[in-house]
Formats: sequence, structure tokens, C-alpha cells
Amino acid sequence: MAVKNNGDNGSAPVVSLRAIKKIYQMGDVEVQALRGVDIDIYPGEMVAIMGPSGSGKSTLMNIIGCLDVPTEGWYEIDGKDVSRLKDDQLAAIRNHKIGFVFQSFNLLPRTTALANVELPLIYGGVGGRQRRKRAEEALRLVGLGDRLDHKPNELSGGQQQRVAIARALVNEPSLILADEPTGNLDTKTSIEIMELFQRLNHERGITIVFVTHNPETAEYCHRVVRVRDGLVESDITRQATAGIFANGSQAQSVNGHAAPLVQEQGI
Amino acid sequence: MKVVEAMRIALRALAANKLRSILTMLGIIIGVGAVIALMSIGRGVEKYVTDQFAGLGSNLLFVAPGQISDGPPTLRANPVKSLTLGDMQAIGDRSRVPHVSRVAADFQTRTTVERNGKSVTVQANATTPSYPNVRSWKTTLGAYFSELDAEERQRVVLLGADTYEELFPNGEYPIDQIVQVNGMNFRVIGVMESKGGGPGGNLDKSVFLPLTTAQDRLFKQKNPNGEYKVSVIYASIDEADNIPLAQEEIAQLMRERRGIKYLDQDDFSIISQNDLISVFGDILGALTIFLGAIAAISLLVGGIGIMNIMLVSVTERTREIGLRKAVGAKRADVLIQFLIEAMVLAAVGGIIGVTLGWGLARGVSTLFGEFQAVVGADAVIISLVVATAVGLFFGIFPAYRASRLNPIDALRYE
Ligand SMILES: Nc1ncnc2c1ncn2[C@@H]1O[C@H](COP(=O)(O)OP(=O)(O)OP(=O)(O)O)[C@@H](O)[C@H]1O
Ligand SMILES: [Mg+2]
Repeated sequence: MAVKNNGDNGSAPVVSLRAIKKIYQMGDVEVQALRGVDIDIYPGEMVAIMGPSGSGKSTLMNIIGCLDVPTEGWYEIDGKDVSRLKDDQLAAIRNHKIGFVFQSFNLLPRTTALANVELPLIYGGVGGRQRRKRAEEALRLVGLGDRLDHKPNELSGGQQQRVAIARALVNEPSLILADEPTGNLDTKTSIEIMELFQRLNHERGITIVFVTHNPETAEYCHRVVRVRDGLVESDITRQATAGIFANGSQAQSVNGHAAPLVQEQGI
Repeated sequence: MKVVEAMRIALRALAANKLRSILTMLGIIIGVGAVIALMSIGRGVEKYVTDQFAGLGSNLLFVAPGQISDGPPTLRANPVKSLTLGDMQAIGDRSRVPHVSRVAADFQTRTTVERNGKSVTVQANATTPSYPNVRSWKTTLGAYFSELDAEERQRVVLLGADTYEELFPNGEYPIDQIVQVNGMNFRVIGVMESKGGGPGGNLDKSVFLPLTTAQDRLFKQKNPNGEYKVSVIYASIDEADNIPLAQEEIAQLMRERRGIKYLDQDDFSIISQNDLISVFGDILGALTIFLGAIAAISLLVGGIGIMNIMLVSVTERTREIGLRKAVGAKRADVLIQFLIEAMVLAAVGGIIGVTLGWGLARGVSTLFGEFQAVVGADAVIISLVVATAVGLFFGIFPAYRASRLNPIDALRYE
């Protein structure tokens, strides 16, 4: 798979938002959660969305993730306009183009890791044997090749989040959306998870968008978008300052080379 | 999403909450179980009774006092004018009723029979000598009493198979032994073939004696004109096709003899085997309606139970639904999943119900031993289909609600 780390290199954006507004009607009161957002996210980017509570981060993520539609504005994924789609059409887009990772993992209880990861493939109409093979592959990729038949209650928090990441990967989506993926994890596990994301981003060229409150988490990303009162306050692209691809190693991959996975390197 | 997949999910969800699933299924289990058990027993009894009627003797008409719709004689408000031996003789007169080939009459009453201090209470059948012939019945020992015995008011008696066994527990040779019928000495002249139970009581638990002897010496049941009273008159009809005609002719004759005026109701009945079978059929029919009502009510209750638990389940699994939608489940996928879950719940309940009902029916039939419960494939299939349909119907609303959940709200649900 081609590795492109920094998106701004001439290819078409995966996600393109123009003048996106989201207005909630609460009785007589209008809540303007988003007041005109423009963002382009390019293939291979790893973006952190930050901002104070209530600034509209989750609302933005829900729209990017096609869980919700904007009140106004235009939104394209891979060049396809998705801003005015119906429920079932949005479901199909989510299935094919988007992988979600949630703060609270959201795995099906009493269901094996393998079956959890197979879920998107079931709704994508992938047949039994192929499904199992791809789910196994995804679990191996997140380092859980030996935990296929474990149920969520037999896994640690970090492992559960890895299963969730495998589930987000398995459909080979255009982008992965993670709303506070480390919010429920301790520092050490958070580092492991962020390094996993980094590795997937570098080695597989997977586009990832995070929402985070934690500045340390944002340091794993090379682009940070700050949101305030439903507007983009700042949008800074720079080098990641944390993780296995921070600084020097980051530079290598920008030139289009596959960065070697150096697991010993920490923050 | 494939149906197989949905069924696997459904079964897993049900297995996760076994006790709750079972409790939910209870209405369906009871409904289906009751229907299967009672239907199987009903069919077994029906078959048994039909066989019994077939053994009554062919082309037979029964004439009895009162209307069959009045219920059994003991339950009637007004005593009904009884039949007499004269009636029998008139019916047997071929110039009056050409299609009757043979007639017999029988007066039935409870009596005690004693031997060597051992006493049993049985049914006494005081009959005409033609009785075994008309009812196509044989003796296993000895012979039925003759015209001469009857004329001479002989104190002779024949024993039903069970009565013989009770009075002669060691299998002694009974012929010419003395037994006391109603306290009077009678000489045993024969033992009747076993006939089993049937309509009108178990004839194996009875004794048979000449009507003349019984009414002159024993029970003294005569009408004011001094005629012998009888309980039933049996008339053999020459051919099955002539039965309706003979029924009509006998009715006419009896109306004349009993002085029933034009337009007045008959105070007697003439019953053919087919009438008996159809009366029994009516009883079964009423039972079936009753059963149907029980089944409908328990299925309704079961269905509401399923709807209730499915609504709970949808609420409990809001996050699961949200997640499924987030990873690409369409409305139809969620709808089908919960519909199938409700149907599986009902169908599994149905299967348990069938098994239970089957066991119950077999238990009852081994307990009574007289008939064999018949569990029909049609009954099983129909109840399973109906149970599943109930699941489908009552699953629609909860499944619809699940399918309409907004994924964002569902994922946020605590
Ligand atoms: N369903 C809704 N109905 C009404 N108002 C809503 C709804 N969802 C969000 N809002 C409002 O929109 C604004 C943005 O909410 P949002 O959840 O996007 O914030 P956030 O940046 O994710 O905050 P946090 O960091 O606390 O998660 C808030 O004022 C919120 O009250
Ligand atoms: Mg939020």
C-alpha cells in the first residue's frame, strides 16, 4: 500500500467540508453548534480536533462520520456529495468509507473479538469465509492475533480498544474517526493506542481524525484543528512531536518512504 | 444481512438471558402445550369411541325414552313415560315395520351380585333372549338363555367378563354355580365375551338375566297396564340403506302407541350409530372451540409478553443498535434482526410447548390405558406456524422502534 503521510501533496481530499452549519432547534431556542466550517482532509493525514467543551467537536465528527447531516453547507467524501442523503444511504457510506473508534469502545458484550470485528463486514455483505479471514487479519494488525475468541470481559481496556480499532479498519475505510479514543484509558495504555494509530497511519496510509481534550494526544498528530463556538479557530500543520514517528522518523515518511516500525522508540 | 446471521444473533441474545427468555415464552408454551395435549387426547378418544361404536353391532337402531337432547335420564326434570316390551313386539312386527329383521329389549338397573360372601355392584341387564343375537355378541362359556327359559321365568344368569373374574377370582368353572342377584339365588349358565367399555357403561361389569324373570321376581318394574318396562329397544335393520326409512317407520309407530298428537314433540328417541357418532362429534366440536379459545387467549397473552420483553430488550440494547447502525446496519437490517428475535423466541416456545403437550398426552393415555393419544403432524405444524406468527406480529412494534433509533442518540444512551 502506498504510504502518504502528509496529505497536502496534491491529491484530492478525502473529506471536504464547505460552510457547514448545524443548528439544533430546542423549542424556541436555536443552538448553533456549527456556524460555517470549512475543512479539507487529505489521504494519509492524522488530524487532531481540539477545543473547549461544547465548541462543536462531536457535532463536527458526527457530520464527517455521516451519522448526522448538516443543516446547511456541502460535504463530500471521496468526491461524492453526502450532505443531503437519507438514513439508509448514510448507513451504506458509513459501512464502506468510515471506521469509528469510540471513547467507550462500544464492543458487543458476550461476543468474541473476531465476531465484533466481523460486524461491519456482515452489513457490507461479505461472505462467511472471506469475512473471517479479513477479521483475523485486522486483529493481527492491531496485535491481537492470539485473542480472536476472547470476549470483551476477558480483555483489558487497551485490548478492547484495539479490537475496536480492528473493527474500524476491517472494511478498509477511507478514514477512521476517533472521538476521544484514549479518554477511558490510563497513560501507558493511551500511549500504546496512539502509537498503534500512528503505525497504521504511517505503514498503511490510513487517514485518521481524532477528537481530543488532551494536548499530549494531539502531539501524535501532524495537524491540529482548533474549534471554538462552532467555528474553526486555527488549523496548524506541523510535525508530530510525540510517538514513534515524531521528529526524525516523521521526516523520512514525508519523503514517501515507508518508515520502519521502531517499537522501542517512545516519547 | 442474511437471515441466518440474524437468527444466530437472535439465538445468542436469547441464550444470554435464559431465565427471562423462558418466562417470556411461558404464555406460548402453555398455549401450544395445551392445544397439542388436548388435541392429541381428543383424537385418541375419538378414535377409541369410533371403534367402540363400530363394535355395537351393525345396522342397529336404539329406541330410548325421552329426547337425547334432554341429557341422561337421571338429569331430566320430568320422568318420561317408559318403553315396554309391547313396544318392542310392535317394532318387531314386520307388517308394521318391514325393514326390521330382529328386535331385542333390555331393562337396565344397578344390582348387587354375591357369591360366597363376596359382593359386587354391577349393572343388571334384563333382556329378551334375542339380545346377544341383535347385538352380535357371543358367550365364552355356556349359552344365552332360551325362549323357554324366559317363558318359565327361570332364575338363570350370565356374567360379564369382569364380573366373572371378580366373583370367580381363581377361575373356577362357573356353570351351574349359584350366585345371589339382589339377594335371590340364580344359577349361572354362561359368561359373555369381553366387550370393553363403551357408550352406556362397561358391559363387562354387568350380569344378564331374562327380562321376564327380572320383572316378575326381582325388580317388578311394570307399567300400570302390567306391561314389562324396558330401558332400550334394539332393532336390527336389514340393510344400511334402509336405516333412515326404518327410523321414520318406527317413529310413526311409536307416536301412535304413545298417543302423541300431530305437531307434539316425540317423547322418545330413535338413535342410529351415526347419530351417536355425530352427537359425540358435536361434543368434540364444542371441546375444540373451547380449546381454541384457551389457545387464543394464551397466545395473546404470550404475544403481549413477547412484545413487552422485546421493548425492554430494545431499550437495553440501545447502544448495540447505535453501534450496528454506525458500522452500516440499515433500518431493514435492524428491523429484521429484532423481528427474527421475536419469532425465534415464539418458535422456541412453540417447540417446547409441543414437546410438553406431547409428553402430557402420552402420560394421560398410559394412565388410562384405554386409548392411544394421537399427535398429528398437522397439529404440530399448525401450532408452530401460529406461534411464530404471533412472535412476528407482536415483534413488529418493538422492531420498528429499534429500526428508527437515531445512531447518535443510541450511541450516547447510558
Ligand atoms: N442533539 C442536540 N440537541 C441540541 N443541542 C445539541 C445537541 N447536540 C449538541 N448540542 C449542542 O451543540 C453544542 C456542541 O456540542 P458538541 O457535543 O458538539 O460539543 P463538544 O465540542 O463535543 O463538547 P465536549 O468536548 O464536551 O464533548 C453544544 O452547545 C450542545 O449543547
Ligand atoms: Mg464531544
